Amino acid sequence: MKPALSALAVLLVLLAIWQGVSLATGLPAYILPSPAETLAAGWVQRDFIAANALVTFSEMVLGFLAGSLLGALCALAMAAASPLRRVLRPALIASQAIPVFALAPLFVVWMGYGLAPKIAIATLVIFFPVAIAFADGLRRTPPALLDAARVMAGPGARLRILRHVALPAALPALATGLRLGAGVAAIAAVIGEWAGSSAGLGYLMLWANSRTQVPLMFAALIVLFVLAIAFSALIDLLTRRLTPWLKETD
Amino acid sequence: MGTHAPPAIRLSGLSLAYDGVLLFRDLDFETAGPGITVLLGPSGVGKSSLLRAIAGLTPTGSGTALVQGGISLMAQDNALLPWAGAAANVTIGARLRGERADPARAAALLKSVGLPAIEGPPDTWSGGMKKRVALARLLYEDRPIALLDEPFAALDALTRASIHALAARLLEGRTALLVTHDPLEALALADRIVVLSGSPARIALDETPPQRPYAALRDALDPAYRRLHARILAALEAAP
Repeated sequence: MKPALSALAVLLVLLAIWQGVSLATGLPAYILPSPAETLAAGWVQRDFIAANALVTFSEMVLGFLAGSLLGALCALAMAAASPLRRVLRPALIASQAIPVFALAPLFVVWMGYGLAPKIAIATLVIFFPVAIAFADGLRRTPPALLDAARVMAGPGARLRILRHVALPAALPALATGLRLGAGVAAIAAVIGEWAGSSAGLGYLMLWANSRTQVPLMFAALIVLFVLAIAFSALIDLLTRRLTPWLKETD
Repeated sequence: MGTHAPPAIRLSGLSLAYDGVLLFRDLDFETAGPGITVLLGPSGVGKSSLLRAIAGLTPTGSGTALVQGGISLMAQDNALLPWAGAAANVTIGARLRGERADPARAAALLKSVGLPAIEGPPDTWSGGMKKRVALARLLYEDRPIALLDEPFAALDALTRASIHALAARLLEGRTALLVTHDPLEALALADRIVVLSGSPARIALDETPPQRPYAALRDALDPAYRRLHARILAALEAAP
């Protein structure tokens, strides 16, 4: 079965279970709305949801771009100069040890309620998997390739070896880091919105929840889920182009 | 090739350790001028480490390793770039030196190793094709000294025989130092055979075969060949 078809099958089964549970328990819509009620609420508020989804998607894309770029540059800097590696490696680990949930309100205080703090949080979250995966890839060039490159390049060619051998050899690792980053982009954007915002799917969920419009909250959650999957799939597709020589062995 | 003195490798009083194990102590060895010298020894004796030391990739202990003339290296696993096509693999040395690559020369060399129309990345090539591309790269580097580390292991017997013939022809005129654990490969390629054995290893045999190249199948009945083969096997087994 094609991946898209099997994903659709899984989705339909989940929807059926959901509908079954809400029918069997008879819970009111403000506790557990059925898929039909969720769909209806989502359709009625479609423009509202779409406008907020666009905000969240912008935060995901911009945060992903900034986080990936900074992460990749950090890894390259570490590979290019060992003094930088000694400084940056602890900073890299520290960046992951910081609880983003705790920082998010501070970012809002510093940057306001607009896009900036959400992009900053997404950048911080996405930076780490990209930097660490790429840095590891750059440090794990196959020794035989490095030996051959050193003999051919002669002395003083560190950066050329990095550019022509270590960097391409690390592209599969970079691709893995980018995919991991893409996977957490939606979560990072929503964390930022929960800390303080006036737009976005995370904001919409809180807004609907506080008005006991639970079907709308569920609809926003489903749209967020679809956004996250679609973004991951897009990045997956793009990163495959980074490594066309690799065969998929499934 | 630039230098006035002929290309040469001179090891004197060389000590070399790997992972805390002393591989060589006070090793003296010299090779100069054109020809293929084969370093033959059992696996683990330190042949590859010695080649890496000569290439300047590992620091040596006491003693000196003097290399006169530029070197090129061909490794057992070919060290081909998995993301690059044949021509890019052949010319990588130029890019690593910050020089302009010469695709026309790469194409001519690929033709000379029998691959005029090779396509795709290395993953899509047979073991023999990879060897031929690695040989083309060795020639593109055009150094007076060629170091070859078990270059033809992991090839099937027939492919091996044809690659041996090609390599012997292409290495003509260069100072080649080839490491192998296979006595028949040594007989097929060597102008001079140096057997290393023991721990720390010493030179157990240093012979110039009376005729070259020996082809194992064709010359198996030649008494000189059989005597030499027997002496090599005896030297390989003569560990202290």
